[in-house]
Amino acid sequence: MDFPLNVTGLVALYIFMLAGFAGWVIIGRVPAILHTPLMSGSNFVHGIVVVGGLYALLNASTLQQQVIGFLAVLLGAGNAAGGYAVTDRMLAMFRASGHKAPGKKAGHVKALRTKKP
Amino acid sequence: MFTSLSLLIVGIAGLAAASLFLFGLLRMSSPVTAPSGIRVAGLGMAVAVAASFLYAFSASAAARPHLATNVGLAVVALCIGGGLAWWSGRTVAMTSMPQMVALYNGMGGGAAAAIAAVELLGAKAQAGTVLAATLMGALIGAVSLSGSLIAWAKLDGVIQQPLRVKGQQVLNGLVMLATLALGAYIVAATSAGGWALPLGLAHLVYIFFGGALAFGVLMTLPIGGADMPVVISIYNAFTGLAVGLEGYVLQNPALMIAGMVVGAAGMLLTLLMARAMNRSVGNVVFTNFGAAPKRKQGAVKGSLKPIAPGDAGIAMRYAASVIIVPGYGLAVAQGQQKLYEFVQLLQAAGVGVKFAVHPVAGRMPGQMDVLLAEAGVPYDLIFQLDDINGEFAHTDIALVIGANDVVNPAARSDKSSPIFGMPILNADQAKRVFVVKRGEGKGYAGIVNALFYGDNCNMVYGDAQAVLVKMIEAVKSLGLPAAA
Repeated sequence: MDFPLNVTGLVALYIFMLAGFAGWVIIGRVPAILHTPLMSGSNFVHGIVVVGGLYALLNASTLQQQVIGFLAVLLGAGNAAGGYAVTDRMLAMFRASGHKAPGKKAGHVKALRTKKP
Repeated sequence: MFTSLSLLIVGIAGLAAASLFLFGLLRMSSPVTAPSGIRVAGLGMAVAVAASFLYAFSASAAARPHLATNVGLAVVALCIGGGLAWWSGRTVAMTSMPQMVALYNGMGGGAAAAIAAVELLGAKAQAGTVLAATLMGALIGAVSLSGSLIAWAKLDGVIQQPLRVKGQQVLNGLVMLATLALGAYIVAATSAGGWALPLGLAHLVYIFFGGALAFGVLMTLPIGGADMPVVISIYNAFTGLAVGLEGYVLQNPALMIAGMVVGAAGMLLTLLMARAMNRSVGNVVFTNFGAAPKRKQGAVKGSLKPIAPGDAGIAMRYAASVIIVPGYGLAVAQGQQKLYEFVQLLQAAGVGVKFAVHPVAGRMPGQMDVLLAEAGVPYDLIFQLDDINGEFAHTDIALVIGANDVVNPAARSDKSSPIFGMPILNADQAKRVFVVKRGEGKGYAGIVNALFYGDNCNMVYGDAQAVLVKMIEAVKSLGLPAAA
């Protein structure tokens, strides 16, 4: 039983093309008010590079590869964790009118309530 | 059998992660659903990282003896890197967000470059397209790493002044070309098989990385602070592309998709920021950032008319509608909290208050929106340029606070102005305008602002926070409605 996963030249271009369009369209829908969380959020998404770092480290066979692989995982993990932490924090601060409580706690911003007391 | 099963699980986890990322980003299209969006994406990340430990079962024969050590190292690296970044992300001040994002972004670029280094320095035979992709990813990742670090240092105030030397563009171009040529040489030499490398592959790779890192530094050093929104967007896109390319090298579609999505997102934001600054992306990439052209302009008619903060505050208290245009100067003065306190007083008195935010207000795209949200301003009061520009004409008072170039009507009318064509907020069309400003100095572009000389405009001189305190006192002293 074998599950080959080969991404050869042209297939890679297809994936890049589709992902690029998907990203462009999805990001284009984000309102300007959320551009900072969007940027830190997409920053978090490329933190997936940590998976590549883990691959490199787990396959390391020399000291040099271990050191560089360790560095890759360290930096990638920092990218992912930091990106998530700041994005989550910022998004928790966006509230509609009528929600007075300062957003110390992260929570869903409930549906827009129109009238304040 | 077990090997391929573990790889299948890794593959499925990657697929799940990629879908969750896209779904999470999709939910970012509204402030209502955005908080759940980042959690969805976070779940995807957790799944992918956990599953990737299954790579241990498919490790190469050479790596088998080191497997226990490597797994241990991986856990340690995850805990240290993730833990430190998590802690810093939780504690950083919102005004420092741009440099933090730059730092995390540099880390991602560094990780991509490090993966490329392992691939290049390891004995794994690479040739042709794969080698070219590895080198390209290494180049972009390394540029993003060193460039982001310089951006961080500038934003954090470690480097105070833009560093510009004569012939800098030529030097940058040469470093870039030399690095690219070396990369091309490595690909050609290895693919042809027979060419003897003069230094050995490892040394060439070191030089290649050195060139890429140097280029990132050289490219970012001359850039001024107010151009940072463009720079951060570009490096975000760079890291995304580097991750995507290394994903191709590692045959990992999850990395390819995530990297490319971020690459596209970064490109889009870069274009938006460049447009908001009235520059083409070409101009932004190939000329000195922030070297604003200094040209003679026609003299501006009229005079500056100062007004006391208290009087301005009371005028707004009796207005029917007020639009506030906050700029980075407000954040520098740490005046957001006081501003919202003042706004709440106005609202309690029945004044309709709205905020108008320019796309480049702040040091990264949308930073002013976050700073206002942090101060407690509800997002339904915050409006973007296109949505509010028509309203100034029938608004009683526009309060410009810490902003300058983004409300300069010369951008609409004066063809000789360096900012002609830049989208601006039409604050000058309001019936009355108050401008809170530290002094009579010019804005970032170094040009006179005709708005300040208009008949309908009064200047409120002073530190934004101190001015707001006086405005609050003045309105409270009227004592009419119970203060909120």
